[in-house]
Amino acid sequence: MTELQDVTLTVNGRRYTLAVEPRRLLVDVLRDDLGLVGTHIGCEHGVCGTCTVLVDGASIRSCTTLAVQADGRTVRTVEGLGDGAGLHPLQEEFWDKQGLQCGYCTPGMLMRALEILEQDPDPTPERVREGIASNLCRCTGYQYIVEAVMAAAPRMRLAAPATQPTTGAQA
Amino acid sequence: MKPPPFTYSVPTTVADAVALLVEHAEEEPRVLAGGQSLVPLMNFRLAQPGHLVDLRRVTGLDTLRLDGDHLVVGAMVRQATAERSPEVALAAPLLAEALGHVAHPPVRHSGTVVGSIAHADPAAELPAVALALDAEMTVVGPQGERRIPAGEFFLGPFTTALAPEEILTEVRLPRFPGGHAFVEFARTHGNFAVVGVAALVAVEDGRVSRAAVAASGVAPTPVRLAAAEEALVGMTGDDTAVEAAVDAATAGLDPAGDVHASAATRTDIARVCLREGIGRALRRAEDRR
Repeated sequence: MTELQDVTLTVNGRRYTLAVEPRRLLVDVLRDDLGLVGTHIGCEHGVCGTCTVLVDGASIRSCTTLAVQADGRTVRTVEGLGDGAGLHPLQEEFWDKQGLQCGYCTPGMLMRALEILEQDPDPTPERVREGIASNLCRCTGYQYIVEAVMAAAPRMRLAAPATQPTTGAQA
Repeated sequence: MKPPPFTYSVPTTVADAVALLVEHAEEEPRVLAGGQSLVPLMNFRLAQPGHLVDLRRVTGLDTLRLDGDHLVVGAMVRQATAERSPEVALAAPLLAEALGHVAHPPVRHSGTVVGSIAHADPAAELPAVALALDAEMTVVGPQGERRIPAGEFFLGPFTTALAPEEILTEVRLPRFPGGHAFVEFARTHGNFAVVGVAALVAVEDGRVSRAAVAASGVAPTPVRLAAAEEALVGMTGDDTAVEAAVDAATAGLDPAGDVHASAATRTDIARVCLREGIGRALRRAEDRR
């Protein structure tokens, strides 16, 4: 086995120090080492987007990112959306508007949608449609996903002060 | 699949990075920047480097700066950063326009401008941009630094003039005083294009004074279309001149057909992209005046 590398990640506000093989993908470290299996693995070459997570606030493909590349950085995954007691407005609207059927693309869609709404809190449907073109969904035809994101936008604007990410809350 | 095992280093200087490439020469080392081309290849085990030299901690490589008439893009400048950069908008708007066609934002957040050029995919946008702009490649190896003109850099599919122990540390893009356009045809938004065209046109006193046209997806490397450039210079830039340039450019093309498009289809698409690209660059050149 190759020499392990020390990697420090802050994931959903919690700091982790791990020793990983350099060949390990970020998505596998999230799922297998940290038990955060909400992030899915799809195509493993950066096309489908179900592995999308936010690193330092920007969406990336965690299947084409080595865990060592995320050393020292802040990661947000789908597990960080809800507060433990309830779902995030985006999750509730995906549920309400049937923004998923099989659910395989959902973790990536939610994180990409979160980024779109954080960059543009009042987007047009066209902006949302273009934005989620980075992520594949084979069930919904995208229409219900766009509707869900549009419905979540005003709720997130209202809740903006309360939905700031809490980082570094726990060592 | 997952990448096969490799050893890994994270140097902090370019000199150390080069020394590591020399030290691990037997292991077929590769340089890692954003990883958006290399990691997928490693996942599929189409690339199996025995050692990776990660540039993420090398100081100075993430800078994007103006140096006289050149925009200098360091090896770790992310595509998304360049896309939003005021310096790029000012000094190399062709690059900014082409970046909008490179995959999707989540890929551009990680992928680097220079990494895409070093990867030299014949269907990719940024090598064609480098070629159209007559970019210079700053390369550092065991013998020190050298500059390679873009016209001598792309040797074949995924093959460049870079030696195995050299690193492409920056790409220098000269400012083009005129209009620009990047036009491509892709089966779906964000996918690799079937054909892409980078066009630059300068107009003086109502006539084309300078033109540079490059295309991707029509040959084993991106190609400069000198015949189109010659057809344009000295002309007024009306529709007839554009059509003559398109004819001249496509007369010399002999693209290979594949599962995405036959040779004839590729040539037809090139005609459409050339017409639109040269036309848009001309209009912008005229608007600048």
